[in-house]
Amino acid sequence: MTNTRLTLKNVHKSFGAKKVLQGITLDVHEGESLVVIGGSGTGKSVMLKCILGLLPADTGSIILDGQELVKSSESVLEAARQKISMLFQGSALFDSLPVWENVAFGLLQEKYINRPEGKALAIKKLAAVGMPKEVADLYPAELSGGMQRRVALARAIASDPKMIFFDEPTTGLDPIMAGVINDLIRTSVRELGATAITITHDMASARRIADRVAMIYQGQIIWQGPIKDIEHSNNPYIEQFIHGRTEGPIQIDVS
Amino acid sequence: MIRFIQKIGRLFLGFLATTGKLTLFTFQSLSAGLRPPYYPRQILRQLSDIGYYSLPVVGLTALFTGMVLALQSYTGFSRFSASGAVATVVVLSVTRELAPVLAGLMVAGRIGAAMAAEIGTMRVTEQIDALSMLSTNPLKYLVAPRLIAGVTMLPLLVIVADIIGVFGGYLVSIYKLGFNPGHYLKQTFDYLKAIDVISGLVKAAVFGFFIALMGCYQGYHSKGGAQGVGMATTNAVVSASILILLFNYLLTAIFFDK
Repeated sequence: MTNTRLTLKNVHKSFGAKKVLQGITLDVHEGESLVVIGGSGTGKSVMLKCILGLLPADTGSIILDGQELVKSSESVLEAARQKISMLFQGSALFDSLPVWENVAFGLLQEKYINRPEGKALAIKKLAAVGMPKEVADLYPAELSGGMQRRVALARAIASDPKMIFFDEPTTGLDPIMAGVINDLIRTSVRELGATAITITHDMASARRIADRVAMIYQGQIIWQGPIKDIEHSNNPYIEQFIHGRTEGPIQIDVS
Repeated sequence: MIRFIQKIGRLFLGFLATTGKLTLFTFQSLSAGLRPPYYPRQILRQLSDIGYYSLPVVGLTALFTGMVLALQSYTGFSRFSASGAVATVVVLSVTRELAPVLAGLMVAGRIGAAMAAEIGTMRVTEQIDALSMLSTNPLKYLVAPRLIAGVTMLPLLVIVADIIGVFGGYLVSIYKLGFNPGHYLKQTFDYLKAIDVISGLVKAAVFGFFIALMGCYQGYHSKGGAQGVGMATTNAVVSASILILLFNYLLTAIFFDK
């Protein structure tokens, strides 16, 4: 196994009386694609936001490339965020800006490029996710959900990041578009040689993207292993989740 | 009884927590806004939104206010044959009080609400998180330009409102009440001092700051989808309006302390 890039140790996070993360411990290795699965409200998104410092973790330790992130200064967190890029659940495109400016936003802000260069780069990145260059001048609201997700993916890979987070990349898409997004994630992560963490509850997506899978339940990682082992994990939680059974150790509170 | 006291305590603690959060937000936004990078495009957009596009509504408000003021003070003052004071009453009321307060309240409704709705929607659709992820400080990119535009544009709007308001009073006095135009204008400027106009402009800058601050703060901290954004919008307008009225009194007390 190669180097560990990211280590979470016993990370806790609560909102008031509601305990969301209850001791997450997880290693992410360089160049691997880790998929974190788990039901809604189990703390998947919160875990990503704690790593990024968008939400402060209460206790525990998050180490990215040897740098401790929990309770560290805003400049350390900013430096960490600069290494990572993220595809948001609802795409989170800026609806006041045209598509190309969305894609080139990060690079324009960092002033590495001027606006014409930004547009040219955006068109190149859009092509990489299979979007024609006419789309560049449209506004996000003029695109379908699937196209928005692709633009968001183009934005996430625009800075050639070495680490990418995908927050439920296929949620709300039809199965074919979901397949397209999965393939795009797979190829772009491989081309960039990036380390990827994807959180999802879509098992088809997990099987397409993952090298390794971790399952989160009640704020803890209850199982992790290579994707090929997931079918015979002998773990009742995993069994129930991947087959979508209503009977099993995971109790859904329907009241 | 205990429950009642608990409720008061909880309300009080909530108030303190909100005040603390707001103060922190204010300082963070100001310090973020003072340091580069600056976002001229964002600032220009806000300047035109707050300044240029508020002109019609502020102008109309000022016009009718000046007109009704002339009419009311004439009918009132003629009871004790003081109708000669109409011009002075109009110009002092408009520049000192009515132009800044009414312009402030109108802009709070127009702009404060729009800011809270826009930033609130960006919050619940994770666009603010996306800004942080793309090496952009959301306080710098979203909040600072709005604060700058609020502080600079409201005084300009109030200058326009002063002129239109006095003009409205002039129209009614000349064409309806039969005053002599030259005499009316002379009376308008005879008793007007610089401090009357300046105090109005200082008020406007303070109101502009609160309108933008409350719009941004409520939007920035909104949560829970459409309902949360709706609530943020309401809170932004209500809190800005109350702050405008409160600080209007405080600033008047400071400026015209006898």
